[in-house]
Amino acid sequence: MNLQNILNEIEQVDADMYERLDHVSRRHVFSNFLKKAMAGAAPVAFAAILNKSYAQNSSVADVLNFALLLEYLEAEFYNKGLAASGLIPSGAGRTIYTQIAKHENAHVALLQSALGGAAIAKPAFDLTYKGAFADVLTNYQTYLAVSQALEDTGVRAYKGQAGALISAPAVLTVALQIHSVEARHAARVRMLRGQKGYIVNADSGGVPAAVYAGEDNVTQGGVNLVSATGYSMARVTEAFDEPLTKAQVLAIATPFLA
Amino acid sequence: MEKQSNDQAGVSQLLSDAKSAAVGRRLFMRYLGTTAAAGVALSACTNQLDEAVPTGAARAGYRTVDLGDLGSNDVGILNYAYALEQLEAAFYTQAVMTPFSGMTEMEKTILTDIRDHEIVHRELFKAALSSAAIPGLTPDFTSINFSSRASVLGAAALFEKIGVSAYNGAGQFIKNVDYLLLAGKIVSVEARHAAIINTLLYPDGANFAGDDVVFPSSGLEEIRVPGEVLTLVAPYVYETINAMPVRRVA
Repeated sequence: MNLQNILNEIEQVDADMYERLDHVSRRHVFSNFLKKAMAGAAPVAFAAILNKSYAQNSSVADVLNFALLLEYLEAEFYNKGLAASGLIPSGAGRTIYTQIAKHENAHVALLQSALGGAAIAKPAFDLTYKGAFADVLTNYQTYLAVSQALEDTGVRAYKGQAGALISAPAVLTVALQIHSVEARHAARVRMLRGQKGYIVNADSGGVPAAVYAGEDNVTQGGVNLVSATGYSMARVTEAFDEPLTKAQVLAIATPFLA
Repeated sequence: MEKQSNDQAGVSQLLSDAKSAAVGRRLFMRYLGTTAAAGVALSACTNQLDEAVPTGAARAGYRTVDLGDLGSNDVGILNYAYALEQLEAAFYTQAVMTPFSGMTEMEKTILTDIRDHEIVHRELFKAALSSAAIPGLTPDFTSINFSSRASVLGAAALFEKIGVSAYNGAGQFIKNVDYLLLAGKIVSVEARHAAIINTLLYPDGANFAGDDVVFPSSGLEEIRVPGEVLTLVAPYVYETINAMPVRRVA
């Protein structure tokens, strides 16, 4: 960790932000944002904040476009899944996937609205993963497995971008608010498959191992928590989700691009 | 910050391991030292904060725990997280120790898993804060009927939902990227817990990510700033927890 660099970056970004905001404090911007978000106008408020304070900050826009790519993929996956006749059974499965699809479509709309003209277009997707999941839209078990992979990847992808948003608190907060929703989805889908709701070691449970690379980490903040607590490695790894870098996520996601 | 050995309710037994903790503490103090420095350096551009707000009714014989200024450096935020993890760990410890009637094997496994996760989280923050840590809190679970499934799972759902919204709302105040990542690693596990507990309560429903916690129009999970969270948890802790929270304008 290079402290001086972190301080310099914060100072620089904060100074820029205050200038753009005409002496409006960060706290007030955020308070207003929250008020609007609570009133149910989140996409509008988010767009306003982004345009006001971060429109010139390309690294923040890059993070949001990266998120948008993943949300496009998830939304497509669930919209196609729900539309495929005979794939998702009525009852719990249908209730769960209807709820998840609703969220992923909302995430797409939110990010598109925030990015405005800078938003990337929705690419064409190949949900069979170049043939590796050939029956994904006809075999429910395959669909569940791919769903788990997408959700756990989503959790790890948002986590990996948090640091890049530390100087943009309003955007960071929105990213966190999406991140925990993806984790809720992941847990529910894992349970549908008979897996534990959390990730044990780096167990892939039949999805590509790259999705769980590094999940077997037991050292947090410089402390080996197996030694410090006496708990098993499995237990300690369950207690933390690990981040994925953008490159790792893109490597996982690229075969989904047509 | 004061420290005292506190009379603990039996439910929050601490893991007593000294050997590797010493090494851990040294490493953590290195992190914490840089964080404290960052807090001082940044104080010039920190906005004014609200006055300290007592968040619980004072109870005879119990002290006030002061988390300090949550907006200026990460020590306060880490203690805030430590307080919440203490509460969760104590709750699940009790839930496993005195199982509600009719607890299934699956339910027991899940509650035990979650108990262990919360204890790991608690011990991490305790080690991280070392001498800057607040004292052990005394949980007050008198309002929870541990022999009732509905009462226990209902309380679990409430604690997990508060926990996720608390981490989501506190992320904006964290100064050190390492701590932000650490909070991120924990909050998604808390969100998984929330989904799992709600699945036990409503197996076939959409409650794992229900419209009451995830705004349907935006797909965003609710957030809470520290003042709101401390008010919500006050009935479950004998100590009064004070902080200088950055509060949402009503």
